[in-house]
Amino acid sequence: MSERLWGILIDSFPKILIPGLTATIPLTVIAFSLAMVIAVAAAMAQFAHVPVVTQLCRFYIWIFRGTPLLVQLFVVFYGLAKVGIRIDPFPSAVIVFSLNEGAYCAETVRAALEAVPSGQLEAGYCAGMSYLQTMRRIILPQAMRTAFPSLSNSLIAMVKDTSLAANITVVEMFRATQKIDARVYEPLALYIEVGLIYLLFSTVLTWLQGIGEKKLGAYEEG
Amino acid sequence: MLEVQNIKKSFGRLEVLKGISLRVEKGDVVAIIGPSGSGKTTLLRCMNFLERADGGTLVFDQDSFDLAHISKKEIARIRRKTAFVFQNYNLFLNKTALQNVMEGLIVARKLPRSEAEGIARQALEKVGMLDRENHYPRQLSGGQQQRVAIARAIAAQPEIIYFDEPTSALDPELTEEVLAVMRQLADEGMTMLVVTHEMGFARNVSSKVIFMENGVVVEASGSKDFFQRPRQERTKEFLRNISKSPQKEN
Ligand SMILES: Nc1ncnc2c1ncn2[C@@H]1O[C@H](COP(=O)(O)OP(=O)(O)O)[C@@H](O)[C@H]1O
Ligand SMILES: [Mg+2]
Repeated sequence: MSERLWGILIDSFPKILIPGLTATIPLTVIAFSLAMVIAVAAAMAQFAHVPVVTQLCRFYIWIFRGTPLLVQLFVVFYGLAKVGIRIDPFPSAVIVFSLNEGAYCAETVRAALEAVPSGQLEAGYCAGMSYLQTMRRIILPQAMRTAFPSLSNSLIAMVKDTSLAANITVVEMFRATQKIDARVYEPLALYIEVGLIYLLFSTVLTWLQGIGEKKLGAYEEG
Repeated sequence: MLEVQNIKKSFGRLEVLKGISLRVEKGDVVAIIGPSGSGKTTLLRCMNFLERADGGTLVFDQDSFDLAHISKKEIARIRRKTAFVFQNYNLFLNKTALQNVMEGLIVARKLPRSEAEGIARQALEKVGMLDRENHYPRQLSGGQQQRVAIARAIAAQPEIIYFDEPTSALDPELTEEVLAVMRQLADEGMTMLVVTHEMGFARNVSSKVIFMENGVVVEASGSKDFFQRPRQERTKEFLRNISKSPQKEN
């Protein structure tokens, strides 16, 4: 490999990693946290068959799972601006990623809630606990344990998907790489480099997932 | 202390309880027996509001409640005085034995943790499960789980405990350890309503026996009379069958 190429790779590394730390990771963390709140709320509402809210949840999930993420980003960032609702790139990305991820995770959490044996809720009632108390202390913890691997997968997928935010001018890792490439024209080396940084991020998350599963797994052991 | 009058319940077209009435006095151990599908579980579930009855009255400590129209508040009030032991234990799977017993005390009765822990340990000791207090349900045998479930029931200091076939999911060797705990409770004067197919328990431990079939009470009497002087032909036949066959009738 030529000295020039090495120079470019070494030089670009912090320029890609820093937007990773200041944009990719915050976007992922904020949007995924919000997505979890949405997912749990939507799953609980559906699980309890709350009238109207359940239908609204179904509609929301239908829209966000049925249309491309990229289209959703464009609608919120470029589309809404056209009707006077101007949202900055980063908050636009947060909104879209939260809603999109929330829709997928709501289904995961709902399925996990339904997998908890119905006797658990009845035992809660018989112990004098209310529906919400039993949900919070008994049903939801068990469901989250079941959903954990699947939710971790979603999180890992999301770290990579944040690269789509480049399309609405969020300067995250991918866009930072594009900018450098526009200057030096070394697409092969630069895109492999950014790919490796994504790989690093997902590897760390996979490792954390393993630790989390071990910790949560205590009561599963026979 | 507790009385149910004319309780009715259908699932769709299937009429499961066709007007059941029964009475439980303080300190009674009432065994409900009868073939499978006769509505015994449904009866207990209606009495503790896990199912809503279509009609009937529940009288608890002089207060009378319309089962079909009872409010959430009244349900909560009655549940405070009752506990339920399920056929398949239904221990909270994400909680240890000790936590299972403490949970209702802390969350529903709002007892301070230290007090709840004291009561829970006592209850576990009583059922011989104190040495397993930190085990999760999946780390316990069926008999052990059921004993923890009984500890959870008694820790709530209920006026009556409902048991729905507490031993029928257990291997014969494990049945005895659970029955022993129940016998001990009966000796201590705990009021119990027990759906069972353990005829030994019905005969020797219970004070009254109710024989149910097809959603009606066929015969109800003191347990001595029930086994020695059954009045109904159907009861005699049932008793003959169970004494003939080594299999349990449930
Ligand atoms: N949730 C339900 N939905 C429909 N049918 C039910 C339900 N629960 C019980 N049944 C029916 O009611 C009848 C009585 O059941 P159950 O009370 O469990 O009887 P037992 O406990 O005496 O065996 C059975 O025919 C059963 O299939
Ligand atoms: Mg039954």
